Amino acid sequence: MGKASLSFRLYVLAFYLFLFAPLVVVALFAFNASPFPAPPWKGFTLEWFTGTGAMFGKPGILRDPAMLTAFGNSLKIALPVTFLAIVLGTMNAFLLERREFPGKALLSIMMLWPLVIPGVILGISILAFSSRIANSLEAWLNMDLDFLRPGLFLVILGQLSFILTISTLIIGARLKKFDRSLEEAAYDLGASRLRVLLTITLPFLKPAIVGAGLVALLMSFENFNTTLILVGSDAPLPIYMYGQMREGATPALNAASFVMMLGAGLLATLVALVSSRKAE
Amino acid sequence: MANPKIMASARTLTSEGLGERLGLFLLITPAILWLGLLVILPHVEIGILSLSQRIAARVYTIGFGNYFEFLSEPIYWHTFARTALLSILVTAITLVISFPVALYIAKFAVGKSKPILFLMCLIPFWASELVRTLGWMMLLREAGVVSFLLQWAGIAGKPVEMLYSDGSLVLGLVYGGMLFMIVPLTNALESLENAQIEAGYDLGGTNFTVLRKIIIPHAMPGIVAGAIIVFMLTVGNFVTPVMLGGKNGLWFTEQIYSQFITRFNWPQGSAFGFMLLLLSTGIVWLGLRLTGQGFSETLRRT
Repeated sequence: MGKASLSFRLYVLAFYLFLFAPLVVVALFAFNASPFPAPPWKGFTLEWFTGTGAMFGKPGILRDPAMLTAFGNSLKIALPVTFLAIVLGTMNAFLLERREFPGKALLSIMMLWPLVIPGVILGISILAFSSRIANSLEAWLNMDLDFLRPGLFLVILGQLSFILTISTLIIGARLKKFDRSLEEAAYDLGASRLRVLLTITLPFLKPAIVGAGLVALLMSFENFNTTLILVGSDAPLPIYMYGQMREGATPALNAASFVMMLGAGLLATLVALVSSRKAE
Repeated sequence: MANPKIMASARTLTSEGLGERLGLFLLITPAILWLGLLVILPHVEIGILSLSQRIAARVYTIGFGNYFEFLSEPIYWHTFARTALLSILVTAITLVISFPVALYIAKFAVGKSKPILFLMCLIPFWASELVRTLGWMMLLREAGVVSFLLQWAGIAGKPVEMLYSDGSLVLGLVYGGMLFMIVPLTNALESLENAQIEAGYDLGGTNFTVLRKIIIPHAMPGIVAGAIIVFMLTVGNFVTPVMLGGKNGLWFTEQIYSQFITRFNWPQGSAFGFMLLLLSTGIVWLGLRLTGQGFSETLRRT
């Protein structure tokens, strides 16, 4: 191919400016010494991260109890989601790659559905269904089943409903590449099934399992639509930030966004490292 | 003579066969619980809810009342049609903006710049949708960066409000869809042989005819895959319309949210939910039929 013309190259440059402009702006105004996240530039400050609130009347995010609680809620959701996504995702991968059973083609198509259903719909359908179960069980058992009402448990289930598809795809793709003669050799040498699984198959899958876990962690932390519908009084970080945004933007939100971007960047780098090792 | 069928069924009676069956049972149970309890039954539930209409307090009958309500109330189907048309527009704009970039990455970038440019497209999408939307708010607001720069450069005399309009809404949605267009397009264009393009020029083709006769037909699977994903994501988007859209132009997901959460009218909200599913699967099905592509392959490609 010949060289791209100047106008073509300028177009590509403009595209990348467009791509990064919103992120750069968010990051920049987290450090602006002003009560509003807007120009002009009033000087560099870390007040919106570590400040006590003496300067702007609002504490920095690392000293803001509401922000820290929201972060804690995010962890309470993301850790179980990640754990379930890798355990169940590994089981699904073995089911689809190793077993034959009637209806397998249908099941593997159905597993893709949660990716194409809008998050809001996943949220309302799980909300409506769990409420029906709660209503009928509560009347029958004569006790309150609060975990089936909006709250952390439902958020975990709602996020898991589509994150599990992704972890299944990631781990399944790796299992497909596995050379089964390695397992057979181990069986021939007298190894038990459990031992083969623990010493040969799972170590081979480890990069995919770690990668799927990191992706699950990130998607859980950042999920908004499904979470918004199923959330109770314990709002995780994105929902709390959304509430704050509606009250008016402050640079504290930029600071929180900056921390989220750093976290996401770190996870993304880890995923890239894990998958580059996988390629070897 | 040994009948292979009898042999096979005899084997299932051995302990190995039983273990095999137990293993399958243990593996298939979580998958069935997941899809059954979190995906299928909840959708059956909103299907049933959408068909129950209220005739008095706490008294419901079965009927299509919620769907008639959707058709008879202009604000509902206006929002629906607006969401559908704007989503198609957003998909088209995303395709037009992304195509040259994908072409550049796949065919013009050389050496190390190719993976770097590709990776740079992915980076913004590791940030939360909420964060990206916040960034656009800060750029486009009356007191925002773009307005500030316009005044500083002397182009505008007073602050310019660019937020809360259909323009800012479309901009935000296009931005959110771009990655999902660039990745399949780049993958599709990668496999195009340079010799094929050069042959087009040698035969006297202009830039435009080479693009139309060689490059675009080759990229078609990528175009379809990207368009489908972008359309589905756009229709189902919630944050971008809420934050960047105007006050008098709702998105259909906002209608669903307000029926479910604000007004607590679950049957009506469920009917809307079904309409949205119908819209997104309907248009996707149409797109696949028109271009002769399969769903699973298309989804896997992205």
